[in-house]
Amino acid sequence: MAEEKKKPKRPLGHARLILGKCIACGGRCEAECPKEAVTLNEKGEPVIDFNKCIGCRRCLKVCPASALEMFFTPEEQLVLDELAKTAAQTKTPEPAEEEGQSADVKAKLAQFKGVWVFVEQTESKAEEVSWELLGKGAELAKALNVELSTFVLGENVEALCKESFAYGAAKSYLVDDPVLKHYRTEPYYKAICELINKYKPEIVLMGATPLGRDLAGAVATDLATGLTADCTGLTIGDNRLLLQTRPAFGGNIMATIRTEENRPQMASVRPHVMPMPRKQEGATGVIIREKIAFNENDFLVKILELVDDRKGDGGMDIAGAEVLVAGGRGMLSKDNFKILQALADELGGTIAASRACVEAGWVGVEKQVGQTGKTVRPKIYFACGISGAIQHTVGMQDSELIIAINRDPGAPIFEVATYGIVGDLFKVVPAITARIKELRNQRRK
Amino acid sequence: MLVVACIKQVPDTTQVKIDPVTGTLIREGVPFIMNPFDTHALEEALRLKDKYGFRVAAITMGPPNSTLTLRKALSLGADEVVLLSDRAFGGADTLATSRVLAEAVKKLGEKEEVVMVICGKQTIDGDTAQVGPGIATRLRYPQLTLVDQIKSVDVNTKKMIARRKLEGHHEIVEVKLPVVITVVREINKPRYPTVPMRLSSEDMPVTTWDNKTMHLDETTIGLKGSPTRVNRIFSPERVKGEIIGDGLKNPEEAAALLANKLVERDIIHL
Repeated sequence: MAEEKKKPKRPLGHARLILGKCIACGGRCEAECPKEAVTLNEKGEPVIDFNKCIGCRRCLKVCPASALEMFFTPEEQLVLDELAKTAAQTKTPEPAEEEGQSADVKAKLAQFKGVWVFVEQTESKAEEVSWELLGKGAELAKALNVELSTFVLGENVEALCKESFAYGAAKSYLVDDPVLKHYRTEPYYKAICELINKYKPEIVLMGATPLGRDLAGAVATDLATGLTADCTGLTIGDNRLLLQTRPAFGGNIMATIRTEENRPQMASVRPHVMPMPRKQEGATGVIIREKIAFNENDFLVKILELVDDRKGDGGMDIAGAEVLVAGGRGMLSKDNFKILQALADELGGTIAASRACVEAGWVGVEKQVGQTGKTVRPKIYFACGISGAIQHTVGMQDSELIIAINRDPGAPIFEVATYGIVGDLFKVVPAITARIKELRNQRRK
Repeated sequence: MLVVACIKQVPDTTQVKIDPVTGTLIREGVPFIMNPFDTHALEEALRLKDKYGFRVAAITMGPPNSTLTLRKALSLGADEVVLLSDRAFGGADTLATSRVLAEAVKKLGEKEEVVMVICGKQTIDGDTAQVGPGIATRLRYPQLTLVDQIKSVDVNTKKMIARRKLEGHHEIVEVKLPVVITVVREINKPRYPTVPMRLSSEDMPVTTWDNKTMHLDETTIGLKGSPTRVNRIFSPERVKGEIIGDGLKNPEEAAALLANKLVERDIIHL
């Protein structure tokens, strides 16, 4: 009796870890596994139970590090080879992967349109990062073929709406209210959530400043949407999704993050990461005034006092300074700090120092940067005659721009520097000061 | 009255290295530590305990081995520690994490009035600074981020005065309790555990709450409750510093090239 040959079932295989690729992300694979086949070991890496794994590949899909792969036993491999042969003869298509968003989700997402940028202000003056974000926002709006708008909150801040048109916005949403004079989380986030719920932008960008970080976290939580902090790259990918790239693990790796099924897609960007767009004087746009019903009694935070740390010169706090001109052992004497002070004065900054200078008594301990001193993150950090030992660099490596001036081309400070000049600081530093003065004089004429 | 310190066990990212050949993270031998900012959060909670007699609970969400960090909190003087650990909590982004932590604070609050939740300003592995504001928003508590000094707490009027450290200025604020604060490192200098405390903490219980205890809707926690998805991870291009000019031969020219560059890139405004 000729027994009909039973068509073999396509083996699905099993997931396994590729050694050395796991980043211990916190168990996405474990959480995603429908069969509890994945457990995490002491190191936070998955251990996959071969007998429980059904080969559904869900862990592979969620692994951010592509650290998982499918494998097949030799028997399974034989069946696969067999199937491949028959498939080649009969041209049965490979089973299609189910992917993509459901119709419901698509309909929900389609309600959200437009790119919004938050104009952060203190005392009616905009933070520059807002305009930098408008530059990036314009690219995103163009790629999506939607409108670019700003939203402005404060008291007497209508001028900022107009200023935002000069930087590329077509529309500006304005909430002008005495309650918003000084930033407080609660009235700001409530007003912004009202605006977003009403007008439904698909992307909202904010500066990753102390204020922006305080606010963005509250807004995203209230809207129950995704927020990606400190993005260094923003582009549009498939399905109009915002691809948000940011450093992770202390800057050791980069991650690209998407908010797939929630809107708006929120991202923050640090100052000076995106270039400043060109200002188009006279550009116009539409201002949309919104009234929010605030009740001061609802707000639980009252500002008692604002203390300006930027007063005075010698007393300027290095941790809050935007420009630091720091000296190290190479300064040779207390007196030589005058040349650093001259550059600092020209740039509106202050001087700082490495531990060696403090121990030598050249500068006060309040100026010390590094592991045992202060951690600083100025816009510009000049490292003059500083070799760049790790104990110093941990305190300044997050500065937005680092300029190293050192005689020794092999000094480790050049590893963390954005720009370096190999040379004698006693010649180079005064020359930089002189050149900036010269450029300023030329501009005035 | 209870102060809750939210702490996280993190890999010491300063010790993580990148394999130059494969471009992958080398985690071998990298120790797990209490997130440095959280050591200041816990310390501030303990100082409030010393000063006002509050009880201190330290909570963390993470894998079972996070008990190590909770034990450390006990040895420093926390009265109670809770590990929030469940398969369903795994793979959480900041939104889903803040949900579980906020619910845990609520649950602690059923037994004892919570006056304050203290978090570090951010973690060194995620660096987002989003979980603190997330907890506050979910609990409908006011939030103060970047606190560098607690000036006074008045338990009768339920008010606190604190100072926030912002760019170029400080802000002194009064806030109604309960409040969520995030702290910067300048706020205090963490203590070390004493030997007797370390020994006695060995016998203290570490409570674990899984989702059978928490009863949270699984679509709002863990990977399922996370709106963000990590799409791809890659090694950053190491932007090697650019050496400008020949400063040894011609310092004036090198200085001028640098100054021009700073002006062109709009870093220095004329």
